[in-house]
Amino acid sequence: MTPRQRRITWVVAILAGVGLAALVAVKAFDNNLLYFFDPSQVQAGLAPKGKSFRIGGMVTKGSVMRAPGSLEVRFVVTDFAHSVPVRYTGLLPDLFREGQGVIAHGRLQNGEFMADEVLAKHDEKYMPPEVAQSLKASAPALVTPYAPSRDTP
Amino acid sequence: MTRLTWFYRLASPPTSYATAGRLLPWFAVPAFLLLAVGLYGGLVLAPKDYQQGDAFRIIYVHAPSAWLSLLGYSVLGVSAGIGLIWRMKLAHALAAAVAPIGASFTFLCLVTGALWGRPMWGAYWAWDARLTSELILLFMYLGYLALRSSYDDLQRADRASAVLALVGLVNVPIIHFSVNWWNSLHQGSTVLRAGGPAMPAAMLIPLLESFAGFTLLFAAIACIRLQAEILNRERRPTWWMDSAIKGVPHD
Repeated sequence: MTPRQRRITWVVAILAGVGLAALVAVKAFDNNLLYFFDPSQVQAGLAPKGKSFRIGGMVTKGSVMRAPGSLEVRFVVTDFAHSVPVRYTGLLPDLFREGQGVIAHGRLQNGEFMADEVLAKHDEKYMPPEVAQSLKASAPALVTPYAPSRDTP
Repeated sequence: MTRLTWFYRLASPPTSYATAGRLLPWFAVPAFLLLAVGLYGGLVLAPKDYQQGDAFRIIYVHAPSAWLSLLGYSVLGVSAGIGLIWRMKLAHALAAAVAPIGASFTFLCLVTGALWGRPMWGAYWAWDARLTSELILLFMYLGYLALRSSYDDLQRADRASAVLALVGLVNVPIIHFSVNWWNSLHQGSTVLRAGGPAMPAAMLIPLLESFAGFTLLFAAIACIRLQAEILNRERRPTWWMDSAIKGVPHD
C-alpha cells in the first residue's frame, strides 16, 4: 500500500465509522427525535403514559370553543383517523385556526389533552391570497392545510 | 500522473492566487445583480402569502442561508478530505477560507428562522430534529475554527481540523432529510419537493434569483478569503511581492 492509499483508507474508515455511529445513535433515539405524536399514535398507546408529550394534528373545523371571560379554549386535534380533545389556557399563535396544523405540549387526563403550550405548524405551501380565494371556490381540497403526519414527508 | 499536471499547477500558490483573483469579478458582479433583482422581487414585488402575510418574505434570506450553511460545510468537508489524502495545501487553505463564511450563513439561518418562528409557530426555538441538527452544524463550524486556531503549526492545524471536518460531514444529509425522517415542527422543503415546488412563479422566481445571488456572493467572498489565506501561508516567498512592486501580472 502506498502512503496515499493508506490515507485514502483512513479517510474512508473515518467516514464509514462516523456514519455507522450516527446511524446507530439515530436508530436508538428514534422515538425521542419525534417532535410530536399524532392522534393515531396516541390512540395506539405509543405516546408516553403519565408523562407530558406533544401531540400534532389538525384542528377539526368547528371544534374551537372559547370560555367567555377567560383565555381558556377547547378544540379537537385530528389526523383524520382518530381525534383527541385538547384544553388550553393562554395565548394562541397567529397561525392558529380551524383546519390548520397545530402541535400542543401537555399531558393526557381522562382522555382529554391538557395543553400548556400550543404551537402552530406551518406547511410547505405558499400562495397569494387571491389564488387561495379562487382555489377555495373551485377546488376546496387543494387549500386545506396539510396535516402533520408521520407518513407524509 | 501526467494528466494531473494541470491540477498540480492550479494548486501551486502563485497560480491559485491569480485564479482566485481572476474569478472574483465573475462571481461578484452577477452576485450583486442577482441579489438586487431577487431581493427586490421577493421583498417588494412578490404577492403576500395567504396565511403568513408579509412575514413569509423572510424566506428570501432564510432559505438561501440554510442552503449555503450546507453547501459551505460540504465544501469544507470535501476539501479537508482532499487535503488529507493528497497532502494538498490549497485544499486545506480552501477549507479554512470557507469555514467562517459557512458559519456566518448558519448563524443567519438560525436567527432568521427564530424571528419567523415566534409569530408563526408561537416559539423562537423548538428542539425538533431540523433545528437541533442545524444548531449542531453551527457548533461543528465553530469547533473546526477553534481547533485550527489552537495550533501554532499550520500543518498540524490543517490535519487535525480536517479530521474534525470529516466527522461533521455526516450531519449534512441528516439536516437535509430531518424533516422527512421524523415528525418535526419545521415544515418540509418547498422547492425540492416531490410534485414540484409548492409556490407560484411570482414567489418562486425571486427566490431562485436570491438563491443564485447568495451562492455567487458566497463564491466571491470565498475567492477573497482564499487569496488572503494563501498570502498568509506564503509569508516568506517573494513572488507576490515582486509582482506587486514591479506591476508584473500575477501569472
